[in-house]
Amino acid sequence: MNADLILLRYGELSLKGRNRYKFEQALLDHVRRMLKPHPRAEIRQTNGRVLIELNGEPYEAVRERLGRGFGLSSFSPVMRADLDLESIRRTALEAVRSMDPAPRTFKVQVRRPNKSFPYDSPRLNHLVASYILPRCPELKVDVHHPDAVLQIEVRDDEAYVFSQVVRGLGGFPLGSSGKAMLMLSGGIDSPVAGWMAMRRGVLLEAVHFHSFPYTSERAKQKVIDLCGRLAEYSGEIRLHLVHFADIQTRLLKEANENLLITLMRRAMMRITERLALKHKALGIVTGENLGQVASQTLPSLHAIGSVTTLPIIRPLITMDKEEIIRVAEQIGTYEISILPYEDCCTLFVPKHPSTNPNLHVILQLEERMSWLEEYLAEAVERTETMVIADASDPHRPNVSDPMEQLL
Amino acid sequence: MLYFDHAATTPPLPEVVDSVARTMTQYFGNPSSLHRLGKEAETLLRRAREVIAGALRAQPGEIIFTSGGTEGNNLAVKGAALQYRGRGRHIITTQIEHPSVYEACRQLEREGYEVTYLPADASGRIDPEAVRAAIRKDTILVSVMHVNNETGAIQPVEEIGRMLKSEPRIVLHVDAVQSVGKLELYPEQAGIDLMTGSAHKIHGPRGIGFLYCRSSIRLTPLLSGGGQEGGVRSGTEALPLIAGMAKAVRLAAESLRDNRSRLFRLRGRLVDGLEGIPGLKLTGAREEDRMAPHIVHFTFPGVKSEVFVHALEEYDIYVSTRSACSSGSDEPSRVLLAMGMTPEEASSGIRISLSAQHTEEDIDLLVDRLRAVAERLRSLHRQGGTR
Repeated sequence: MNADLILLRYGELSLKGRNRYKFEQALLDHVRRMLKPHPRAEIRQTNGRVLIELNGEPYEAVRERLGRGFGLSSFSPVMRADLDLESIRRTALEAVRSMDPAPRTFKVQVRRPNKSFPYDSPRLNHLVASYILPRCPELKVDVHHPDAVLQIEVRDDEAYVFSQVVRGLGGFPLGSSGKAMLMLSGGIDSPVAGWMAMRRGVLLEAVHFHSFPYTSERAKQKVIDLCGRLAEYSGEIRLHLVHFADIQTRLLKEANENLLITLMRRAMMRITERLALKHKALGIVTGENLGQVASQTLPSLHAIGSVTTLPIIRPLITMDKEEIIRVAEQIGTYEISILPYEDCCTLFVPKHPSTNPNLHVILQLEERMSWLEEYLAEAVERTETMVIADASDPHRPNVSDPMEQLL
Repeated sequence: MLYFDHAATTPPLPEVVDSVARTMTQYFGNPSSLHRLGKEAETLLRRAREVIAGALRAQPGEIIFTSGGTEGNNLAVKGAALQYRGRGRHIITTQIEHPSVYEACRQLEREGYEVTYLPADASGRIDPEAVRAAIRKDTILVSVMHVNNETGAIQPVEEIGRMLKSEPRIVLHVDAVQSVGKLELYPEQAGIDLMTGSAHKIHGPRGIGFLYCRSSIRLTPLLSGGGQEGGVRSGTEALPLIAGMAKAVRLAAESLRDNRSRLFRLRGRLVDGLEGIPGLKLTGAREEDRMAPHIVHFTFPGVKSEVFVHALEEYDIYVSTRSACSSGSDEPSRVLLAMGMTPEEASSGIRISLSAQHTEEDIDLLVDRLRAVAERLRSLHRQGGTR
């Protein structure tokens, strides 16, 4: 496809009334970030349309990146024609011929904001179709259910020809819904939850709890790799690594076995809340999925969630496991998630965790743990933060690869 | 100080030293260990292998790390001979090979193999037709070096490779220790099954080398152990040296074309200068494409090469007599004898080997000093010998 421009469309944004401008700017910022590896590409806004001028950047590569941009409902590669009938006809033919798969039926749709162009829309429509039809013997016109709609837009200084519509991811531009902390375990669910929150415009910082030496360095690497995948959608992502072994082993000593998980999750939630406040985030995203495990029954969710007043976003709460896996495969986290390294949620799992923890008992237990506050504060204090870059960006800035330098 | 012995060894580049030192401190884990340090070391090992495979246009799995050229040649020759002894016991090699091939073949002869040692012509080159003529039904291995380490003569290994494509049962080994990083030779494309390289000839660390082993070829290991390097070469991988070698190979590959034309210019200047010195006889072919760009060899009949080396040393100029591995012996050079030289000529060989860092001034100074030394030794020689 020989595209000169890309036409961007955003669906839900148009519903946003007075906030539209703000969202549009967030979208443009996001698209600009996505296009960083393609410095020649420029964003233009004209006549209520947002266009990317490719200036020689390869369309396929840019398409690839836009396909990972939130807030775009769809986009179209556009070919440019001069303002004369011959040029428009030739470009239109080229556009039809480059369609893959080749359409069997089509129709032409003309828009003519430039009223001084000598042919009006119905006339131009006919002139273009009658040029294409004899040159594509397999092709027929179907004005009701065409395989392809060839769109021609006659503007003041040039004409645009386009027909392909590539679906975008939809949702809201990244950051337009503010920031939240993602509790990222390394399993299948939490990266998917993070991605779905991102699609809703949430800027994420990930929080991972490790229990070194009970969990391995390879488990940590796995979480870093998962963040690398998520960063393909956000440019980069911050990851907070919380040392959880001290709290976990102390709880193991003091807590009733069947309440261990609930107590652990409450501690994790508290640490995450504190990190959220520290990093100016206003929500917590989790991969919790109703009924999947003991800590994800309604009583458990209640007992765990009641430690924070921040909104807890649970994008997966009612999804089926198959649906979750499908998204995980689509966003490329599945193959990383299934690597078999123990994480701190699978560690020391009691045989019979309570599916119906009694909040009253929990509160009494915690009352007696005078050490807990100090441990929580220390875990927050010791948290290590790293910035994970988009692994797919070859021009990613300041990525020092220590091994690369050695070889 | 002028060092003209780069075919013996080269000073490691600062980047290489840095790479070795940093790998030693930062990646000291054993690549086979399960913990993070092991994992990191394993990753670095894999990436180093990819760099070297890339430079040879080979697959990473086709690179076996060895302790250097000698081990690579031994593993290739003996490993293939042992592996394929069921097919036959005849080996073809040349009289001008490096001792690590030549002596390995001699050892195999004592074990019941038959070896044909082909002579070179007066220019130091093996005739590919002679290889063809030596092939028998029970031939399993042909081993011919790419660049002779003493004379710098390029051997027709690509022609031999083409020829052996119709003889799939014969394994072709090429000792490319002197040509890696100097001349382009891509084993897969050239029909070469085994190819030896060494790091310290290309400004890499000593004690490390590689053997390219085509994926369809099996070798009988010479060392028993933990099964590293696909089971062919056991022993904990020398990761610092391997990283340093990858660095050196990458740098050599990147600058190969520039360096080659530069070396040929320097070589041409040196040859022109040497031709004007009476009593001095240049070895090898005159055609540029028959000779390695970094080696110039001459004889000075009547004067033992050792004397010439020491005389130049007085000027702080360092050259070599022949393969550094054999220069201690008093015998005439086996390689020069194989080219049909007289024992007197074959005892007077001098090898000058260049680096791309040399300048034209260095070459001019060398020619100047060689002329002075030659003149002095010639007069001594006329007065009754040099001994």
